Amino acid sequence: MTPGPAAGVEPVTARARPGDGRAARGPDAESRDWLVLLRSQGEPYQRAVGRLHGILLRAARFEVGRRRARNPQLRAEESADIALQAADDALVAVLARLDTYRGESRFTTWAYKFALLEASVAVRRRAWQGRELPVGEARWSTFGAAGPTSHERAETRELLSAIHEATQRVLSDRQREVFTALALNEVPIDVLAERMATTRGALYKSLHDARRKLRDELRRQGLDPSGAGSAD
Amino acid sequence: MEDTRMTGLLHRALGPREPEIGCDECFDHLDRYVELELDGRPAEEAIPGMAPHLEGCPACAEEHDSLLALMREDPAGRGSPEDERG
Repeated sequence: MTPGPAAGVEPVTARARPGDGRAARGPDAESRDWLVLLRSQGEPYQRAVGRLHGILLRAARFEVGRRRARNPQLRAEESADIALQAADDALVAVLARLDTYRGESRFTTWAYKFALLEASVAVRRRAWQGRELPVGEARWSTFGAAGPTSHERAETRELLSAIHEATQRVLSDRQREVFTALALNEVPIDVLAERMATTRGALYKSLHDARRKLRDELRRQGLDPSGAGSAD
Repeated sequence: MEDTRMTGLLHRALGPREPEIGCDECFDHLDRYVELELDGRPAEEAIPGMAPHLEGCPACAEEHDSLLALMREDPAGRGSPEDERG
């Protein structure tokens, strides 16, 4: 899988600039070899695909290993299965998107990211498998406790209170649902995307729009969305 | 402790202040961005909006950190199509 259909959230355009190394020069010799062999047939193609799978499996194992430290419930056997499946899925994705490789990085760097994405998404989803998603807004109340407080903490509480109130008033139902899950309850975006049958890109666009509305509302109230206190 | 949690929530609620690209564009440019970082080149200048996105999207940030860590561990980018180690 990849994050989903193109959905830029701001009119920012990435582009090659003078002195931007490989972006201006195109693929290096080794990357060109990869492209030639992966577009060939017969034995050379099969050998290149086999080596590519080995590279993707190394990247997937690296990613699963990093995440296992934070997910101790992930058993070794299960980790191996996740890495292998991620490498298989990444191989399919790389071969399907070969024509989109622009040579702006080494071919292996470009391929690695597919394996890392597949593995990281798989581990996130495994960690939430069978768990109900927290949909409530109870966490807001945990920040309202009375007691001695610094000026800075009081300002932060004021902002959080204003944000909580604004989520009810300025966000659409969909934006509130996405915002509550991602920003308040810290549900991983890929887990939410799977449960809502949508893509990471589409969900992040909803979150981005919600954040923009909330910042605008804070400014309208004379508050500073940077968190530094009241605006001048 | 509560200060950290409140600041974290505030950050997640309001996101980055600077204009950012989306998750799909981030994925498209991730490999180039990481190689520029490793080469000590101005990655954010080449790909405007990438750094704010990594600040606002935990999932993309994790994948960026992983690719950076993997490339640091494997700086030569082992994996020539003729390389038997693959």
